[in-house]
Amino acid sequence: MANVNLTINGKAVSAETDDRTLLVEFIREHQGLTGTHVGCDTSQCGACLVLMDGKAIKSCSTLAAQASGSSIITIEGIATGAELHPVQRAFKENHGLQCGFCTPGMVIAAIDMIERLGPDLDEPTIRKELEGNICRCTGYHNIVKAIKAASMQMATQLEAAE
Amino acid sequence: MYETSYNRVSSVTEAATALDAADDPKILAGGQTLIPTMKQRLAAPSELVDIRQVDELHGISMQADGAIRIGATTTHAEVAANADVRAQLPGLASLAGHIGDPHVRYMGTIGGSLANNDPAADYPAAALALGATITTNKGSYSAEEFFTGMFETALQENEIVTAVTFPVAQRTAYAKFPNPASRYAMAGVFVAQTPSGPRVAVTGAGQEGVFRMPAMEAALAENWAADSLGSIQPDAQDMLADIHGSAEYRANLVNVMAKRAVAAA
Repeated sequence: MANVNLTINGKAVSAETDDRTLLVEFIREHQGLTGTHVGCDTSQCGACLVLMDGKAIKSCSTLAAQASGSSIITIEGIATGAELHPVQRAFKENHGLQCGFCTPGMVIAAIDMIERLGPDLDEPTIRKELEGNICRCTGYHNIVKAIKAASMQMATQLEAAE
Repeated sequence: MYETSYNRVSSVTEAATALDAADDPKILAGGQTLIPTMKQRLAAPSELVDIRQVDELHGISMQADGAIRIGATTTHAEVAANADVRAQLPGLASLAGHIGDPHVRYMGTIGGSLANNDPAADYPAAALALGATITTNKGSYSAEEFFTGMFETALQENEIVTAVTFPVAQRTAYAKFPNPASRYAMAGVFVAQTPSGPRVAVTGAGQEGVFRMPAMEAALAENWAADSLGSIQPDAQDMLADIHGSAEYRANLVNVMAKRAVAAA
C-alpha cells in the first residue's frame, strides 16, 4: 500500500491506497470529486486533466503515489465561492459546451494555457494548445471562442490593475 | 493494471539498489508511455522505481565546449522552453515542443523516450542526427551504439539513463508528419549541419527504428539546400507498412520531410 499525502483544492488529504491506484481513481472514487472525468482512458482525450503544482496533467496516466507531495486543483477547486472562474464564466457565456463531458478538461487546459502563454491568445495558438483535448460533440468553435474571450478578459483585468 | 508496488527514490544510487533488489522492476519517470502500457496489461512490472524527483537527474546545462547536457528526467516542456536549447539547437527545442500534447510534455522525459526507443518517437532522431552521447549510471554510449532496433537499446538490465549530451551544431531542424490520430511520427526527419558535416536521421518510418540517410548527407555536403535532396529516399523494403500508410508512401514521406527540415534549418 502507498501512503498518499497531497492537497486537493487546498485541503490536505492523507490516505492509504493500492500502489497501482491512478490519480483519477483517487480523486473520483476515494475523494468523491467526480468533476474530473475519465473519457478515453488511453491518454488521448484530456477529460481527466487536473492541475498538479500548477500544470495541467492527465490524471488517468499518473499514479496517485506519483502525485504524493503535490498540490492538486480539480474543476471543483477553481471557482471562488459562488463566483465562477473567468474561464468557467467565458464557457457559460459563449456556449462552450454541449454535453459537457469534456468541459472539466477543457477548462483546466484553458487555465494552464493562459497562465503559461499569457493573456490575449490568438485562435491558432488556442487550437494548437487543444491538441490533447477531444470534444466528441465536436463543439470546438465555441470552446475556442470561450478560451479567447477568457484570455482577453484576463488581459483587460491585467491592464486595469496596472 | 496488474498489481505492482511503487517505490520513490531520491538518488541514482538508491534507484540502482532498489532495481537490483526487485524481481521484475521498471524505472518510472514521467510514465506517459509506461502507465498507459501497464493499463493495457502489456507491461506488468513487479515494482516501479520512480526517479522523477531525483534532483541529480534533472536540468539543462551548457558545457564549456558549447554542448548541451540534459538530465534524464527533464521534461519535454522544459527542453522546449529552455533558452540555451532554443538558441543553440532550435531543431531540438521545436521537436520537444511537438511531442504528444501539452499535458504529455509536462510529464514525459527525454531519458524515458530514449530508453524506450519507440520506432515512432521523436527524440531518437535528434540524438542520432546530432551524434548525442547517452550517459548512464554504468557508462556512456554514442547514439549509434545506443539504438539497436525497434524498442531495443544497448542498455543492460537495470541500467539507468542519467543524461544526454548534444554537441554543438550550426543548423538544426526537425520536420515530422504526425499520424492524424495518434500524433506519433509517420516520418520524422532531423537534419543537422555539424562541424563534421551534415547529418540526417529518420524516425517513424523504418522497420528497425531510427536510422541515418548517408545519401542525403552526401548531397547536403555538396550543397545545403532542399533541392539538392532531389528524389533521394530510403529503400521501401526497409520501411514500415500498416493501415496508415504503405512502405512506398513512407519512403516518399521521408524525402518530403527531409526537404522541409532542410528548408527550415
